[in-house]
Amino acid sequence: MTATQKVKFYQVGSFAVGNRLLDADQRTVQSDVSRHNTITSGHRACQGCGEALGARYVLDAAMRVTGGKLVAVNATGCLEVFTTPYPESSWQLPWVHSLFGNAAAVATGVAAALKAQGRDDIRVLAQAGDGGTVDIGFGCLSGMFERNDDVLFVCYDNQAYMNTGVQRSGATPAAARTATTEAVGPEPGNPFGQGKDMAALAMAHGIGYVATATVSDLHDLEAKVERAMDFHGARYLHVLVPCPLGWGSNSADTIRVARLATESGLFPVYEAEYGTVTAASPIRHRVPVEDYLRLQRRFRHLFDSSGAVKRPDIVAKLQQLANRNIDRFGLLTNEVA
Amino acid sequence: MLRQLEGSRAVAMAVAACRPQVVCAYPITPQTHIVEGVGEMVKSGELAGCEFINVESEFAAMSVAIGASAAGSRAYTATSSQGLLFMIEAVYNAGGLGLPVVMTLANRAIGAPINIWNDHSDAMAVRDAGWVMLFAESNQEATDLHIQAFRLAEDLSLPVMVNMDGFVLTHATERIDVPTQEQVDAFLPPFEPRQVLDPADPVTIGALVGPEAFTEVRFLAHAKQIQAIGHIREVADEFAEAFGRRAGGLVNTYRAEDADVVVVALGSILGTIKDVADQMRERGTKVGVVGITSFRPFPLDALHEAIGDARRVVVIERAFSIGFGGVLSTDVALAIADGRARISTVVAGLGGRAVPEAAIAGVIEDAVAGRLEALRFVDLDRGVVERELARMAGDRHSGPSAENVLRDLRAVASRSV
Amino acid sequence: MVRVDIDGLENEARPQKATALFQVRFHGRGGQGVVTAAEMLSVAAFLEGRHAQAFPSFGSERAGAPVVAFCRISDAEIRTHSPIAAPDAVVVQDATLLHQVDLFAGLGADGYLLINTTHSLHELGLGELATGMRRDRLAIVPATQLALEHLGRPVPNAVLLGGLAALSGVVSLDAVVGAIKERFSGPLADGNAAAAAAAYRIVAEQQEEVASHASPA
Repeated sequence: MTATQKVKFYQVGSFAVGNRLLDADQRTVQSDVSRHNTITSGHRACQGCGEALGARYVLDAAMRVTGGKLVAVNATGCLEVFTTPYPESSWQLPWVHSLFGNAAAVATGVAAALKAQGRDDIRVLAQAGDGGTVDIGFGCLSGMFERNDDVLFVCYDNQAYMNTGVQRSGATPAAARTATTEAVGPEPGNPFGQGKDMAALAMAHGIGYVATATVSDLHDLEAKVERAMDFHGARYLHVLVPCPLGWGSNSADTIRVARLATESGLFPVYEAEYGTVTAASPIRHRVPVEDYLRLQRRFRHLFDSSGAVKRPDIVAKLQQLANRNIDRFGLLTNEVA
Repeated sequence: MLRQLEGSRAVAMAVAACRPQVVCAYPITPQTHIVEGVGEMVKSGELAGCEFINVESEFAAMSVAIGASAAGSRAYTATSSQGLLFMIEAVYNAGGLGLPVVMTLANRAIGAPINIWNDHSDAMAVRDAGWVMLFAESNQEATDLHIQAFRLAEDLSLPVMVNMDGFVLTHATERIDVPTQEQVDAFLPPFEPRQVLDPADPVTIGALVGPEAFTEVRFLAHAKQIQAIGHIREVADEFAEAFGRRAGGLVNTYRAEDADVVVVALGSILGTIKDVADQMRERGTKVGVVGITSFRPFPLDALHEAIGDARRVVVIERAFSIGFGGVLSTDVALAIADGRARISTVVAGLGGRAVPEAAIAGVIEDAVAGRLEALRFVDLDRGVVERELARMAGDRHSGPSAENVLRDLRAVASRSV
Repeated sequence: MVRVDIDGLENEARPQKATALFQVRFHGRGGQGVVTAAEMLSVAAFLEGRHAQAFPSFGSERAGAPVVAFCRISDAEIRTHSPIAAPDAVVVQDATLLHQVDLFAGLGADGYLLINTTHSLHELGLGELATGMRRDRLAIVPATQLALEHLGRPVPNAVLLGGLAALSGVVSLDAVVGAIKERFSGPLADGNAAAAAAAYRIVAEQQEEVASHASPA
């Protein structure tokens, strides 16, 4: 006689999206045949693109919760480029791309226009990569936050300027190799002590809702988008989206790599309201950082050809960063054996 | 309604009467009074149905206007000089996307060296961005041009920039006939966008265009501006009929029909030039004046006609192309390329330096006497320049040129005229 | 136009009526309302149905620094916006500028000069200048004192306009008061109007004295 196997939620929520073992109200938007397909098929994203995956989930969730009354403002970047290869467009909602650094400001303008027209039942979503958010887009983003304009800003963070050939951004993690932080010299890869914690910066503006998410927990991602839409005013969602090309990971490993980022503690997943953390996703099965790093060629200089750690000093420093996140957000309250 | 008020204030009232739905701006001298005026009207409720956004940079200002216009609202902003350059990426973006944003450019010199006074170098920096660019000669015209600007912008689906000389016009208090709300409503219908972000009918705005189509898309922008030439004239005529006075149009001529020498210029300096023309006519010199109101699209035919048979053309410019010469005069030269007239570039008034009547009269006299060279910098202090050049030649570590010049001039803050 | 009866000055005839272009230059320091003075003069001319243009010499906002403002008045439309090189009248709001800034540049022998001071022209060291000009076109007014008296603030700008009206006749006192009432309200308006009228009276008296000393033509 076999024991009853308890079905763990994560086994069906993400790995098997829309699994019919779930109740209807627990299924993802993506599993719904009447989803908007806001980014329809035919776009030119790379195989295994984390951003395409994340954006698809974010937009369809946003469209569901707003009843399709949504306008998207997109910064220059991979998402913009692979969804609008002239003369085609993947977008099935009103969508505008202006410049690299002004998505937040353009979104402010759209929201203001809709308000002036008495049509602010139509919601506004601005989206950009990490470069368009933390670097060139930072001024406009901070301004939008400061004015508390009614915009949800989503950052798809693949931790470098990917569309232009993998150059370092203000979101590139320490020790990562990029074209402008090569893995050479005594301190290979991106220096330690740099980089912006964009979610914390968003929180520092005191806006109503800030959250981080990854493409490894797509149900959580959708829920956060829907939660964000409960608020009016400035909101920020930071989504970790692995980039197989830029990270040097297998295109089949995108979701796994994202999970390892959270399970190692390097990328904490949490929510905050008005500057205070309200919830954090606990680490279910903690892993040492090297399990995450080993899958990515942008960290290959830390390992030797057999996969053993060759730079324990750097790995230790990265482990320290992970530990700090775990402590700060209390991520080990529910460690699953 | 006749009022005695500051030019900026009149412009603010004209803009407000155009019922913008989104107004945004970032402060920069000397445009500030305009947006302050509009902002006050929004806050007090006098201008209803308008969102006034205090943005964090000029780049944000133009971007907010782009978003608002794309979403179907009448959008307005204002800037000058450095602010224009800071938003230049967005200026080209609005031009390329064909969004009917209206912007006031309170003309101010571009640094370095930093200078807050009037010249046209800022406007010249964006002349290829695909905007319609109109120049006001007076505060009355500046007021009227803004109303025409919204009409033009929305009829053509092109952004329109109204240029008015910073400080000289913006900060001058004078008698202005400010149009009433009724008059403006009759002239300017509600905004009907050619393209709009609307969930009921989704479109993609701002897609990538590759080599196979870019030329055609850009040529369309050019074609629209050529179309605009006729439309600018029509709108000006319509305005004249509705408001009972002339403003706008392509060029405005003064005593040019039988002129031997024609002076061409942009902006407020035309008023002074007209006074000089009258004085010189009394003394027997047949001087004519041609003001270019529509700088982009450039009215080649209208200008050619206005210059007529004049043998000498003197272009007075408040900007110049470093390493080359005139900017406006290069455009004017094209209008008279059939070679009958001799053209001279007179660079004057850079960085807000006053251009006295005597200086204008002087260059006209020199032109008539055949003494005016192809490029002249009016009232240039050659001694100062030569001394600095000598310093630079003699010493590798000669220091910042601007400081050296100021020290040489022993420039004092209180000197104003 | 606002009619204000101030000590029977309401219907005072203007000494001279200027019809052609009349240009005034105001000197003072930042914070003293020099720019406002020029603007109010232009409003006064506007109220009398004339064309007028007022503008400052431009710079960044800075209290205490020398400031210059201009006003052109004419029956004809004013086309030019160039600075005024040869003013018909100079108004000095702050006598401490004397000998620091060239206040009289471009002012001809027939020009009008009005100075805010409690000293005489001679005490100010302007005796020689005065001899080169028409005595009936020079006047001094203790405008700051009048302002303190009538509005409790040492801002002499509107006050001096009353003096300028009496001195040059380019605008009437009524028009000056009208401009004051458009710019200010309540006690500030009343105080300025009263002070302007007082300045008008003082200058008118000075002119009477000059006229009585002049030999009959």
